[in-house]
Amino acid sequence: MNILNFLRRVLYALGLPAALVALWWVTSVNSTSYYFPPLPDVLDQFGRLWLAGRFADDVVPSLVRLLTGFLVSAVIGVALGVALGLTDVLRRGAEPVLEFLRALPPTVLVPVIAIVAGIGDGAKILVIVSGCVWPVLLNTVEGVRAADDVMIDTCRTYGITRGARLRHMVLPAAAPQIAAGLRQALSIGLILMVIGEMFAATNGLGFSIVQFQRTFAIPQMWSGIILLGLIGFALSALFTVVEKRVLGWYLGLRESQKRNG
Amino acid sequence: MTDMVSVKGLNKVYESAGRRVEAIGDITFSVARGEFACIVGPSGAGKTTLLKCLAGLLTPTAGEVLLDGVPVTGPPPGMAVVFQEYGRSLFPWKTVRQNIDLPLRQKKLPRAERDRLVTDSLGAVGLADAGDAYPWQLSGGMQQRVAIARAVAYEPQVLLMDEPFAAVDAQTRADLEDLVRSLWRSLGITTLFVTHDIDEAVYLGERVLVLSASPTCVLDDVPIGLPAERDQVTSRSTSAFAELRTRVHRGIQDAKAGRRTSGAAA
Repeated sequence: MNILNFLRRVLYALGLPAALVALWWVTSVNSTSYYFPPLPDVLDQFGRLWLAGRFADDVVPSLVRLLTGFLVSAVIGVALGVALGLTDVLRRGAEPVLEFLRALPPTVLVPVIAIVAGIGDGAKILVIVSGCVWPVLLNTVEGVRAADDVMIDTCRTYGITRGARLRHMVLPAAAPQIAAGLRQALSIGLILMVIGEMFAATNGLGFSIVQFQRTFAIPQMWSGIILLGLIGFALSALFTVVEKRVLGWYLGLRESQKRNG
Repeated sequence: MTDMVSVKGLNKVYESAGRRVEAIGDITFSVARGEFACIVGPSGAGKTTLLKCLAGLLTPTAGEVLLDGVPVTGPPPGMAVVFQEYGRSLFPWKTVRQNIDLPLRQKKLPRAERDRLVTDSLGAVGLADAGDAYPWQLSGGMQQRVAIARAVAYEPQVLLMDEPFAAVDAQTRADLEDLVRSLWRSLGITTLFVTHDIDEAVYLGERVLVLSASPTCVLDDVPIGLPAERDQVTSRSTSAFAELRTRVHRGIQDAKAGRRTSGAAA
C-alpha cells in the first residue's frame, strides 16, 4: 500500500512534466526552424555543456553568487526587520525611504552598482541583494509587529525579556512570515543572478546564455534556459524540505486549527 | 496573617485622543498570605484592567499595589499569571516541557532542579505523559492544564488567574476548578481568581470580592464559609452555598444597576 502511494505521488509529480517534454519532443523533432531546434539537439548540448566543463566554470560560480546574495539578504533583512518591527519610531522614520528604495527595479541599478562596486563577484552579489532584501525585510517587519499581546504579556510576567524574548518568542512567532519572504527572495535572486551576469561578466549562467544568443548558438542557448528552470525548481524543492523541518510546528498548528474549525 | 497582596486606592484612567475613560475608580482591598480570593464583576467591570495592574503589566494612574509589602512597578518575579487565552499564551513552537521550562531557565535554576519542577508540575495537573507533545496537539482543557503547570512550576508567591476557564466546556471546567482548588490546598499559594461566573467564584474561593460597574470599586466582600473539602455535586447543593450565591448574585445585579454599594458593605 505504501509503495502504491509512493508511486501515485511520483506519478502526480512527474506526470505533467513528462507529458510536456514528450509534446515538445514530438512537435520539435522534425523542426527545421533555426530558432526552435529539435529537442534532442538541445538535450545533446545540455549533456555536453552543463554536465561537463561548464559545470565548474559557469554553474558553480553562479550558484555561489546566488546563495551568497540570498544569505546576505536573509541576514540583513531579518536583522533590520526585527529592529524596525520592534521599534515603532524607527519604522515610521524609515518607511518612506524603504518604500522608495523598494520601488526601484534592481535591473536599473546594475550599471550603477558596476560603477560603485566594480565588475567582480561582489557587484554580482550586490545586484542580487538589492532585490532580495526587500521581501525578507518587509515580511520580517510584518511578522514581528503581528506578535500576540497575550504572548507578550506572558513573556513579561515570566521574566522572559530582551534577548530571550527575541530568541524564544519574537523570531519563532515571525518565522512563518519570514519564510514566506525568503521564498520570494529565492526566486527574485535567481532572476537577478542571471541579469547581473549579463553585464560585464566573464563567467556564469547568465553570461553563457547571452554569449550563446550573440553567437547564434541556439540549441546551446535553449539548454541553458532549461538548466535555469531546473535550478529554480531544485532550489524551491530544497526550500520546501527545510521549511517543513523548521516550521513543522506551524504546519501542525494550522492543521489542528482547521480540524477544530 | 500578613497581607500578601495589598491594593490601595487603585485608579486607572485610559486616555487616548481626547477620550478619557475611567476604568477603575477606587479599589482598595488586601489578600492574606495563602488566601484564595475570587474577584467577580459584571462584564466591562474592569476585571482584566485590575488584574493587569496587579500583575504589573499596567501602571495605575493613582494608588498602588504591594506584593508582600513591596510596591509593584513592573511584573514582579514572585507572581505567575494564567491567562484566559491558553492558545495565545503557550508557545506553539515549543513542546509542553519546553513551555514550562522556559520561565525556569530565565530564573537561572540549575538543570536538575528545572527537570524536577517540570516533571512534578506536569504530574500535579495530571499530564505526566504529555511532556513531549506540542500544545496544539492537546485539547483546550489540557492546554489550560499546561498553562497552570507552568505557573505552578514557577513557584510564585502569588498566582493570578484571569477567567482561565471561560473558553472550555462545562465538564472540563468543573474538572479544572477541582484541580485549581486541590493545587491551592496542597501548595498554599496565595491565589487571586478573576471570573464572571458567580457559582465558580463561590465554589472556589475562601472569599469573593464583588466589583461594581466601571469606574470600578469593591461593592461587596463576601467571606465563603464553606468547608475546605468541596465537591462539585454536594457542595453546590448545600443551603450555605445557595445563600452565598444569592448574596454575590445580588451584588452583581446592584453592579449592573450602577449602584456603588451593596450587601453587607451597604
